[in-house]
Amino acid sequence: MIRIDSVTKRYPDGTVAVDRLSLEIPDRSITVLVGPSGCGKTTTLRMINRMIEPSEGTITLDGVDISRQPVNSLRRSMGYVIQNAGLFQHRTVVDNIATVPRLLGWSKDKARERARELMERVGLDPSFAKRYPYQLSGGQQQRVGVARALAADPPVLLMDEPFSAVDPIVRKGLQEELLRIQEELGKTIVFVTHDIDEAIRLGTMVAVMRTGGRLAQFAPPAELLSSPADSFVEDFLGTDRGIRRLSFFTSEALELKKTPIVAVDSSAEQIASRGGPDVPYLLVTDLEGRPLGWSEPGDLAAGRIEAGRLLSYGRPFVHGKDSLRAALDCAVLSPTGWAVAVDGDGRVVGVVSQQTIGEAIRNAHAAQERDEKVAG
Amino acid sequence: MSGFFDIPSDLQHSWLGLVGLHLREALLPVLAGLLVSLPVAQLCVRFRWLYPPVLGVTTVLYAIPSLAFFVVLIDYTGQTELTVMIPLAVYSLVVLVPAIVDGVRSVPQETLAAATAMGFGPVRRYLQVQLPIAVPAIIAGLRVATVSSISLVSVGMLIGNQGALGNLLNDANIYHRPELAWNSVITTAVLAILADAALVLVRLLLTPWMPSGTRSRRRKPAAAGPDATVPALEDAR
Repeated sequence: MIRIDSVTKRYPDGTVAVDRLSLEIPDRSITVLVGPSGCGKTTTLRMINRMIEPSEGTITLDGVDISRQPVNSLRRSMGYVIQNAGLFQHRTVVDNIATVPRLLGWSKDKARERARELMERVGLDPSFAKRYPYQLSGGQQQRVGVARALAADPPVLLMDEPFSAVDPIVRKGLQEELLRIQEELGKTIVFVTHDIDEAIRLGTMVAVMRTGGRLAQFAPPAELLSSPADSFVEDFLGTDRGIRRLSFFTSEALELKKTPIVAVDSSAEQIASRGGPDVPYLLVTDLEGRPLGWSEPGDLAAGRIEAGRLLSYGRPFVHGKDSLRAALDCAVLSPTGWAVAVDGDGRVVGVVSQQTIGEAIRNAHAAQERDEKVAG
Repeated sequence: MSGFFDIPSDLQHSWLGLVGLHLREALLPVLAGLLVSLPVAQLCVRFRWLYPPVLGVTTVLYAIPSLAFFVVLIDYTGQTELTVMIPLAVYSLVVLVPAIVDGVRSVPQETLAAATAMGFGPVRRYLQVQLPIAVPAIIAGLRVATVSSISLVSVGMLIGNQGALGNLLNDANIYHRPELAWNSVITTAVLAILADAALVLVRLLLTPWMPSGTRSRRRKPAAAGPDATVPALEDAR
């Protein structure tokens, strides 16, 4: 465990970058430091590998004060990923990744073999091994950066805005990749970003820092969204934190309705039996059970319906896997106000109205509050 | 009738001998200049305040005419090659020091931070990261210094025929053989062009990591896109 104990960083000109910061960074999880520029998040990260020395306070790694450890061996035990990757432009991809193993005295062959393993792990094609950084896209360079940080299998990974300089689609891919790698490797990751969405997406714990280098709140992302400590955190989270919070509730508890579902080859009697006062629309599926679109029961009863006359169902959500946020999004996008739930194979398992989703949200909030009371 | 390559006996060298002598008198000073510039430039990078005065001193030294240098040096080193080579080495500093300083400083901040964070000590970082990345800039400086040195050697003629190919100019005058002057000028120019081409070749061999087509221009990795001759690569998915 990394323990930051009332650490202050004051520069000779009097600026205080970090002010009496205390944090316990749990092992084998992602801790995100997030905040506006000038909040001291990068300074904090760089104090962990002693690229910056604190003015006051101590940082311990597994109970040992890091200021007592030889600085270069400390750094070699912590992977470091940086914005724009910071690759060595004069070395090939494989030699970039092999850097720290080589510093640790591994043989060239062994280090390169390890580098090739890591290329595979971060999703880089082996044909890139002999290329130079200028031949890679920004996203690929960042993958090399992550592989390089992991090369000597360090228990700790420090990441300083690693994905800030790539476009949103590539960033999303890299974030997913990081979560997947973390699931496999279980590193202790300290991740700095100014992007609160990234923090909420990646963090097991999120430390929100405010200008002047003080900690505003340290909490799991769901708690951050449900109970921000003060107006600064609330503002920083943005206006739609209520919606974003729904990402942490599963759609499993949603009560699905199965009656308003008819197959495309249903008879008039079957269709008539499905309608009712609380069923303004029927969802038509194909013979495999995949959704085709909505229709008013009256239109259907007249006989077989052409697909062209169906109302779009928007986008389905995967029941149990997607969150309440996804379910609500589907209901909002659907012209009928009903969301379509499917299983993993895309077959309809039920439909649910905005109203039902609203009830589920209230129930979920209530359950979380009960949990927090018990925990508190 | 004497031929183009028939060198008067007072020079005590064949044409090829003069070429060898010329190269030695021109290139050894550049090498010496490089050896002096590397530590000086490193000091200038490390202590920023040192750079402007160092630059001032090298410029003033460059402004001293070679004749004045010879007059001072001849008391100590006599009418020898060394008297020619010392000023040339001093002159090369005015090009080499800024070339190395700019080259080393051009290494992107994030590259340096990454190196430090991975546990490179200052010496290792200098030798394995900063210097290799500065190679294009250093060689660009070496090209200017080398060509200028090759042309300047000829002045050595003035202190007792120490000017290698430049001595032919004097002999052309004495013996009324204008072809010797042509020989001097053309051979010197060809040597300069060949030396320059050799340095370009060395640069190409040392820096396979540079995008082709950018020559000695250094590029900032974050700013420049992939080179047009390299097919744009899709992000591996």
